Amino acid sequence: MTNPEAKDRILARIRSALRDVPGEERPEDVAVTRDYRDSHVSADIVDLFVGRVEDYRATVTRVPEGQQVPAEIARILAERGVANLVVPPGFPEEWLAGYEGARLTDDPPLTAAELDASDGVVTLAAQGIALTGTIVLDAGPGQGRRALSLVPDLHLCVVRSSQVLPDVPPAVRALVPHRPTTFISGPSATSDIELDRVEGVHGPRTLEVLLVVDS
Amino acid sequence: MRVALFIACYNDALFPDTGKAVTTVLERLGHTVEFPMAQTCCGQMHYNTGYRREAESLVGAFNDAFRGYDAIVTPSGSCGGHVRHHHGTETAPNVHEFSEFLVDVLGVTDVGAYYPHRVTYHPTCHSLRMLRVGDKPLQLLRAVEGIDLVELPEAESCCGFGGTFAMKNSETSIAMLQDKMANVGKTEADTLCASDNSCLMHIGGGFGRIKSGVRTLHLAEILAATR
Amino acid sequence: MSGEKVNVVWLGSPTFPNAAHEALQDAQLRRNLKHATTTIRDKRLRAVAELDDWETLRLAGSQIKDRVMRHLDEYLLRLEASVTAAGGVVHWAEDAAAATRIVADLVRAQGTDEVVKVKSMATQEIGLNEALAADGITATETDLAELIVQLDDDRPSHILVPAIHRNRTEIRDIFRREMGKNGVPAPDGLTDEPRVLAEAARRHLREKFLRAKVAVSGANFACADTGTVGVVESEGNGRMCVTLPETLITVMGIEKVLPSFTDLEVFLQLLPRSSTAERMNPYTSLWTGVTPGDGPQEFHLILLDNGRSATLADREGRSALHCIRCSACLNVCPVYERTGGRSYGSVYPGPIGAVLTPQLVGVGSSEHADSLPFASTLCGACFDACPVRIDIPEMLVHLRAKVVDAHRQDRLPKPEALAMKGARVVFGSPRRLALAEKLGALGGRVAGIRGGRWLPGPARKWTAARDVPVPARESFRAWWRKAGRP
Repeated sequence: MTNPEAKDRILARIRSALRDVPGEERPEDVAVTRDYRDSHVSADIVDLFVGRVEDYRATVTRVPEGQQVPAEIARILAERGVANLVVPPGFPEEWLAGYEGARLTDDPPLTAAELDASDGVVTLAAQGIALTGTIVLDAGPGQGRRALSLVPDLHLCVVRSSQVLPDVPPAVRALVPHRPTTFISGPSATSDIELDRVEGVHGPRTLEVLLVVDS
Repeated sequence: MRVALFIACYNDALFPDTGKAVTTVLERLGHTVEFPMAQTCCGQMHYNTGYRREAESLVGAFNDAFRGYDAIVTPSGSCGGHVRHHHGTETAPNVHEFSEFLVDVLGVTDVGAYYPHRVTYHPTCHSLRMLRVGDKPLQLLRAVEGIDLVELPEAESCCGFGGTFAMKNSETSIAMLQDKMANVGKTEADTLCASDNSCLMHIGGGFGRIKSGVRTLHLAEILAATR
Repeated sequence: MSGEKVNVVWLGSPTFPNAAHEALQDAQLRRNLKHATTTIRDKRLRAVAELDDWETLRLAGSQIKDRVMRHLDEYLLRLEASVTAAGGVVHWAEDAAAATRIVADLVRAQGTDEVVKVKSMATQEIGLNEALAADGITATETDLAELIVQLDDDRPSHILVPAIHRNRTEIRDIFRREMGKNGVPAPDGLTDEPRVLAEAARRHLREKFLRAKVAVSGANFACADTGTVGVVESEGNGRMCVTLPETLITVMGIEKVLPSFTDLEVFLQLLPRSSTAERMNPYTSLWTGVTPGDGPQEFHLILLDNGRSATLADREGRSALHCIRCSACLNVCPVYERTGGRSYGSVYPGPIGAVLTPQLVGVGSSEHADSLPFASTLCGACFDACPVRIDIPEMLVHLRAKVVDAHRQDRLPKPEALAMKGARVVFGSPRRLALAEKLGALGGRVAGIRGGRWLPGPARKWTAARDVPVPARESFRAWWRKAGRP
């Protein structure tokens, strides 16, 4: 179905359009000044992260590493009425010790309808970005494939404070490009009605972030 | 300092008082003003309407007319901007818009003016975004004795003139004009001031039509006024 | 209302002044636009002010794009190689017809006749929905604003928010009237509260997402070094489309390629703050080819030319291809604010549309396209807002010159051309100018236009709402000479 002739013609037209570019010029010869900041953050990045996530009307709970983690997870899930929880492979078993409801595991893979019928999902994250209040998922252990954190209406995401990076440039540089990656900044939202933001469209309408402060 | 006045063709024919006012202010500050008679038009209107060939043919004569002065001063932000950005000649970098010249080159904000009126200032687009004169005109106005200077709402919105746009897209131009006039109305100013008579011709034409009584006046004319 | 869209523009679109004439009569439209554009303007200024190196980021963004354009052939080949290595299939489409053909064939090969779509300018541009419909394939737009436009059989009027011309009450009425005709109807008692309207869209589209076998998306970026493709969005409809179906087809303009994955660190700062005025948009999806066990197991990337290589050939117009479709220039444009997007008769409205549309379809190809570069006062607000520093005012003037030059050999020159040439003759000599000024002053007095009210002919366009300035009795030049000054 690929059309080699179309490709050749397009490339020929591009090359003809670029006759003014000297033949010996390499792409890297075109200067790019990267004087922009690596980070705009001077304050405590964890505090900033919490504030910025809350700006998007997501809920953030801070908890020290240890006993309190499973208790907080259980509390949040109970308060949100979650009785049917999607648990991705690799999510720490000990953190679910306080949760008494049913679990949906992704083996064999859950169907979209099963995910839709669940009450929520709990995942880990790959990183957090403080300045923008962003959580990054890359389908690593405890995060599951992308559909798991998308279809359920509630997403409880557990982020470790050591995973929080200050700003976008260090976050992008820390990513592994070939992994399917999702940046999440607050619950789903739209600005399509009179250019004013309202939360709650197709993605999870509730985003709960549990920030585990590493010792 | 030997200063050449670049008046801009429409000021020459339609608003000579602005040229006289620039001369008055500069002479009051102790400078000699000369008017190179060989000047005609910088070609901005041609250039911006797509008649680039015609515009380019005027560049050489402009450069010849203004060579050899310490500074070239113009009361037109848009023509000054055109020369500086598009002429690419020896004289082009030496062209200064009037308020820039006073504040940046002469280092003056108080020129000894007296104008006891309620005034609001419209920053014209080319002086604002092409020449980046910033608040220099306002610095000069704030120093005027007796003035009641009030802020114009949505000041940085275009008035809708845009040269031949005012004719080619006259209905859109008029819609923008009406919003500008409404904002001027909110200030209850009796004088609308700007640094470019081309925009003032458009806004003043609108006020004239509704007989509003708002007077449009070039910055130079306010700065030239004394007790 | 929707008309026939052929390659970027709508067939039979009137010239900009004529279309604007209609739009300016619509008081509701003007209120909607004023409200929406002023809301977003202030928000954008605040979002941008948070980054003290914004100008440096803009410069880097513009330089990266410059690098891409100067070596586009090489970057496209790199992209093709990396996408292919990651399990994707790359297709090359010279024009709208070729691209829509490829999509239709791919959809049919999956044995389905429906697709879900993420909002994409490239698929708008090629008229994909109409082309698929002609082939018996139903394409459902899933972006809220795009859905509103599709349900209403309307035309989009904004790059980011295609239904910006509609307010909440109008949207409620469209949902009530149209949703039930094709899927889950709007709930009884639907109000015009934005949250309630968003909920209705969620319910309407949910079942379509869950059963879709094929999705079609655009791309905000594609990284040549890794083959990673990115979609930036808010609602989660993008995530649904790029995650749930078995097959994903992405249609991307060839200019969207970026040299490297790390260049995202610049554009993920520039784009959200410029478009929705947020620190970060709710969702950004990045995928590289196919990931076993996660998301679509078949990925097709269609590289679309459709006038871009021709645009690239114009050195002064080339940088229109730098556009990252943030729509900041629309939101700050005083002309757009009054006329709305549909007056531009193109899927690309506003300042960027006024420079992109005539280049994509060709200067001189129609009176409509040729009128677009003139739809600006050259106020410069668009350049200041552009996150990749596209000098739109300068490009508008360049395209005006191309339009004028295309008509220089016309048998019957336009009055404007004659006037411009006449003015050039007058300005050719100070003596001729002095004489003309004298005649003008005299003529003005003789004709009695002092306080000039109404003039005939083309000047009527001025005097419709503005008095005419009267030539001074004595020009400055004459006064100076008489005063014996230097």
